[in-house]
Amino acid sequence: MRAHVSIQHLCKSFGGVPLYEGFNLEIKKGKIVSVFGPNGCGKSTLINMIAGLQNIDSGQVLFDGKTLEQTKIGYVFQNYRDALFPWMTARENIAYPLKRMGMNTLQVSKRVEELVELFEIKFNLNQFPYELSGGQQQTTSIMRALACEPEVLFLDEPFSALDFEMTLFIREKLQETNLKTGVTMVIVSHDLEDAVFLADQILLLTRRPTQIAALLEFNMARPRLAGSVSDPEFIKIKSEALEIFQREMHRPVLNGI
Amino acid sequence: MISRFFKKLLPLIGPVFLYLIWSTAVSAKWVSATLLPAPSTTIAYMCHVFATGSIFPDLWATVLRTFYAFVGASLVGVPLGVLLGSSPPIYKSLEFLIDFFRSTPSSALIPLFMLIFGITDINKIAIASFAAVLVIIFNSAYGVMNAKKTRVMAAKTMGVSRFHIFKDVLLMESLPQTFIGLRTGISLALVIVIVAEMFIGSENGLGHRIIDAQQVFNIKDMYSSILVTGALGYFLNLIFMVVERRLIHWGGKA
Repeated sequence: MRAHVSIQHLCKSFGGVPLYEGFNLEIKKGKIVSVFGPNGCGKSTLINMIAGLQNIDSGQVLFDGKTLEQTKIGYVFQNYRDALFPWMTARENIAYPLKRMGMNTLQVSKRVEELVELFEIKFNLNQFPYELSGGQQQTTSIMRALACEPEVLFLDEPFSALDFEMTLFIREKLQETNLKTGVTMVIVSHDLEDAVFLADQILLLTRRPTQIAALLEFNMARPRLAGSVSDPEFIKIKSEALEIFQREMHRPVLNGI
Repeated sequence: MISRFFKKLLPLIGPVFLYLIWSTAVSAKWVSATLLPAPSTTIAYMCHVFATGSIFPDLWATVLRTFYAFVGASLVGVPLGVLLGSSPPIYKSLEFLIDFFRSTPSSALIPLFMLIFGITDINKIAIASFAAVLVIIFNSAYGVMNAKKTRVMAAKTMGVSRFHIFKDVLLMESLPQTFIGLRTGISLALVIVIVAEMFIGSENGLGHRIIDAQQVFNIKDMYSSILVTGALGYFLNLIFMVVERRLIHWGGKA
């Protein structure tokens, strides 16, 4: 399996305090990688830098050898309310990136219909985002991020504002999308179970200056269902991750932050 | 049912109360009838000036001046505000000037404008425009500056060009605040037009009519013209509220 996203010698500091110092990471194509770590270790900063939303001080991020500008990406924000365009209906939101890519109306509506089918949408997409429930809004913003068939989909704590039922639904749909399209996914999570559930790999980070504490492989069969969380395999990897996390939490702080 | 019916009547209580106080004040002779005509007399007179049409030239003149001043201010203010808002360094460097002149009562500048434009119609429109343009610039700029960063970032991750981020996201994001600026702007323009009509030699307009009526002690005409001016301001605001609610349906909800 070849590397899809390759991060080389990434450096980033805030106010003179280094957050990342010579950070290296390779993400394999078509895999779902969860990013988990202690508070303030820069989980979101990491994916924001990869996605080009935050500048890096030095280092390189390549996608199959290409730069970000040559790569189609998708990004799902934690706060869907602030990410969707409220002046557009849900359907127009999903169609927007396609329209800006230069697709004609027919192609756009065909692609939107594909997504509607994939996500089994039953609510009225001609409503405005503020008329939808939180889960429907996040579903819309995931559909929008997937619309232009990105190579990599970044998700920044996509479940943190959703109820359990909606979380299950979106987990299921993300797995399906990954299987169907082979899109590489990077998910930031602050909840260990969430982090483990979808992951092919769990990236555990240390405290700052942030390094990789461990990169755990998790090959449990898909689709993983709600009941999978009580599977011994699941429990084993979760407790392994927890152990590493706790070890990192108790490691003495080097930089005196 | 009764309580719901009563709730609908609530907004009427204030005006009815004012009417009663006003008529009591006149009939009980708390105030001399030469200084304050009875409300019924005033309203009857107002109906009379509308029926004979004698108010229309003045009303129309004021509406037209306010409209020109407002259109001028919007055409300059909105693009300028959006431009300034999308470049915080430029806005910061001009912020003091905008805030200073925004806080200066524009009526204080009337003599200055008279020096520049003379006692013309252009002068009245120019000063009202000036009063409106600053508040429009200020609000449009803030609308752009306070645009939700997440929405801009979302567009960025879609690979949308800078021009389209500006047009599709920033401009739309600024609309609710821009409308507040426009609504305040037209109210300010009306205020200044009325003042200018009073004091910058005018032959028509509601301001002119009010001061003229006062000078010749046509007290009924003065009060009814004041009421008409108030109604004009109220309806301008109302029109804006309705347009705003239709156009910016997401305002306050997202």
